[in-house]
Amino acid sequence: MTRDQIAEELPNLAESKLTALVVDDSFVNQTIHQKLLNRLGIENDVVTNGKEAVDVYCSGRNYDLILMDMDMPIMNGIQATKRLREMGIESKIAGVTTRANEGEKKEFMEAGLNDFQEKPLTISKLLSILHKLDFYVQT
Amino acid sequence: MNTTVVAQLQRQFQDYIVSLYQQGFLDNQFSELRKLQDEGTPDFVAEVVSLFFDDCSKLINTMSASLERPDNVDFKQVDSGVHQLKGSSSSVGAQRVKNVCISFKECCHVQNREGCLRCLQQVDYEYKMLKTKLQDLFNLEQQILQAGGTIPQVDIN
Repeated sequence: MTRDQIAEELPNLAESKLTALVVDDSFVNQTIHQKLLNRLGIENDVVTNGKEAVDVYCSGRNYDLILMDMDMPIMNGIQATKRLREMGIESKIAGVTTRANEGEKKEFMEAGLNDFQEKPLTISKLLSILHKLDFYVQT
Repeated sequence: MNTTVVAQLQRQFQDYIVSLYQQGFLDNQFSELRKLQDEGTPDFVAEVVSLFFDDCSKLINTMSASLERPDNVDFKQVDSGVHQLKGSSSSVGAQRVKNVCISFKECCHVQNREGCLRCLQQVDYEYKMLKTKLQDLFNLEQQILQAGGTIPQVDIN
């Protein structure tokens, strides 16, 4: 998709100044997810496991969107999502994982996700997440 | 700029990348990565695949150590390594590596050490083969750029 096509999809994205947190232990996925977010003009940070994500929020930082991997060491995506919701965090959380069987997906969603996408992420899938989570201004 | 040379190199590049898809080395996810590369990040794809190959090397070493002693194989640890490798291979479009990981996971699931060892050997072979192929592809890109040309967008659908 070109920048013009992306802008047509989400006309006010450029002005929205959205922020996102990438939570993934894989450097490959971190790099790809950050690039996807950068392409859409979304400021972003990255952490390598669920505990770091919780710590970032405890430090007072906040993000509009969290892209949460499921399988991570120390604290996985399910545990981190539950913990963040217990803390009262209302950021939109999209689970992104290669685990796609219905049971695992259900468990992840029930932890407190707003959306779920199978990896690998693409521009189309990320736009789908943003659409679903109402990250644009209706004109 | 010698336009004939550029055109020849561009044709060579197109034929080569198409062959990589046709032979199953790459799938559509690699195309998605190429779409993300731009003037600001001209080495994006090379950087991502380099991270992937680092992953392969590290994970294969770890899994090899786990599988070494027949009487003491930690299949859960091996499965974890395969899962990570399957994930990263899927993310870069390394289709053959990903497919070996699917078989590898099955061997872990049934605790088949011999099967795991065969898959480990196969995944090692496939990632090294892909590394060589992609290096050739990136070399062709550099030749095109040095000759003053642009890298062709290739539609593999």
